[in-house]
Parts: sequence; structure tokens; C-alpha cells
Amino acid sequence: MNCDELLKTLNDYVDGAIEPATCEQFLEHLAGCNPCQVVVDNIRKTITLYKAGEPYPLPPEFREALRRTLQKCWCEKFGRAM
Amino acid sequence: METTETGQAPSDLELLSLARQGRWDAFETLVARFERRVFGVAWRILQQREDAEDATQQTFLSVMEHLDRFREESSVATWILRIATNHALKLLRKRRGLVTVPLETAGRDSSDDSDPLPHPDFIAQWQDDPADLAHRAEIRQLLNEALAEVDEKHRLVFVLRDIEGYSTQETADMLGISVANAKVRLLRARLQLRERLTRTLGDEATRIVAAHDH
Repeated sequence: MNCDELLKTLNDYVDGAIEPATCEQFLEHLAGCNPCQVVVDNIRKTITLYKAGEPYPLPPEFREALRRTLQKCWCEKFGRAM
Repeated sequence: METTETGQAPSDLELLSLARQGRWDAFETLVARFERRVFGVAWRILQQREDAEDATQQTFLSVMEHLDRFREESSVATWILRIATNHALKLLRKRRGLVTVPLETAGRDSSDDSDPLPHPDFIAQWQDDPADLAHRAEIRQLLNEALAEVDEKHRLVFVLRDIEGYSTQETADMLGISVANAKVRLLRARLQLRERLTRTLGDEATRIVAAHDH
């Protein structure tokens, strides 16, 4: 397996969905190729970072408007708000 | 609504149950818990503030309308975020003038899926661990910018699969594409994001500038 071929199977490896035979070739290449090792590590970290991303703050005016709209609809749905 | 009678913060399920009984404070607490996550999903899919706000509002209106429909096969969080994802995708289709067809119209050219993959160019170890980076404001900005630069069709797969955690099959179904297409697009997105992030987060001192077949 060369670097190009490794690139194509990168997804499966990172997702833990790689076939055993391919996996063996993948690891063999990785053992002797530092750039590929770093790329694989980079990709893992990229995904981890996005998954760990902090929730987005809501624009304050929107947050208030949202509350008002929801409360209005709530009253209509339940006849009152508590 | 701060605590239940036991003095604990109520679970999502408890809040939902109370909301079903007409408790506005319980519903409002639920909204407060999820509004940022919902807005985040919408933003990442729509890349536009007004649309993201629209989708967020629609999401909570749907949740309100369908309180009784929640079945405990999934968590409340999964349910709400699924509603959010669906609203965002619907809005995206509407924006593109494709109301009833899936995001991929029949015969649409997706030849870039068979183009050669972009080669990693900037290869370097990251200086910091994701865990140390995640909470920093400038990192969120970097993540937003990098994601915004990714082609929409690739970005959507990344958002659904890697960020929101849907399976490849679910992602493909939601976007109206094949699993094979979804996989290729995911890879492209990942490679592009890796490249962009590594240029900023990579340790220049460890940069590999090798003359090999990369």
C-alpha cells in the first residue's frame, strides 16, 4: 500500500470500519511512513475538535424574540402559561 | 425551573413530561438547555444567521407541537437535534429552490466525487491537544471559518456524520445521496479541514517537507 492508497482507506481506518486484510496493509505502511502517521493523527484530532466544539451563543435579541414567540404559542396551545 | 422536589436538576425526560402537562417553566428550561446546540446545528448546515434563527425557532415550535409524539426509543436530546437537523435541511432545500426533491437532483453532476483526492500539503503535529483547544473562543472562530470554506456538499456530510454523529447510512438518506458518495464527500471534507486546521494549529517546527510520494 502506498500513500495514495492509504488516503483512500483513511475513512474506514479512522472510523474503525476497515477490513482486517486492508488494516494490516494500512498499519504496515503507517509503521514506515511518518507523514502518513501525522496525517492520520491530524484527522483524528480534527474530528475530535469539531465534536468537542462549544455550543454557539444565541444572538441576544433572537433569544428574547424566540422566548416571546414560544410563550405566545404555548398560551395558544395550553390556554395559559405557568 | 431549577430543581425537582428531590433537589436535583430535572432530567430532560422529566422536563418533557412536565411540559406535556402544560408546564411552561419546564418547557422553557428544555429550550434553555438545547437552544445553543440547536442553533449550532442549524448554523453549521445553513451558514447564515437569519436562516439558522428561523430553523431554531421552527425546531422548538415543532417540539412544542409534538410533545406527545416523543417515544423513548431515543433520548430527548437526539429527538430534538434530529428535528433541528431536518428543519435546517428543509430550509436549505427551500433556499435552493428545491422544495420536494432531495438535495441531490437526479442527473446532477457529482463528478468531483471521482476526482483525485487532494494531497495533504501542510503536514505537522498539532501543538496542542483538542481537549485544551476546544474551549477557546478563537478556536471556535477557526473551526467556523474552516467549515465555511468547505464545499457545501462535503460540509453537510461532515456536519451530519462527524459532528452530529449520524451513521453514514442515515447521513446518506437525509441528503438523498448514496452511501458511497457520502463516504467520498466525508473524506474530502476531513482532508480539507485537516489541511486548514493544521496550517494554524500545526507546529511549524515539526512540519514535514519531504520529497516522497505524498
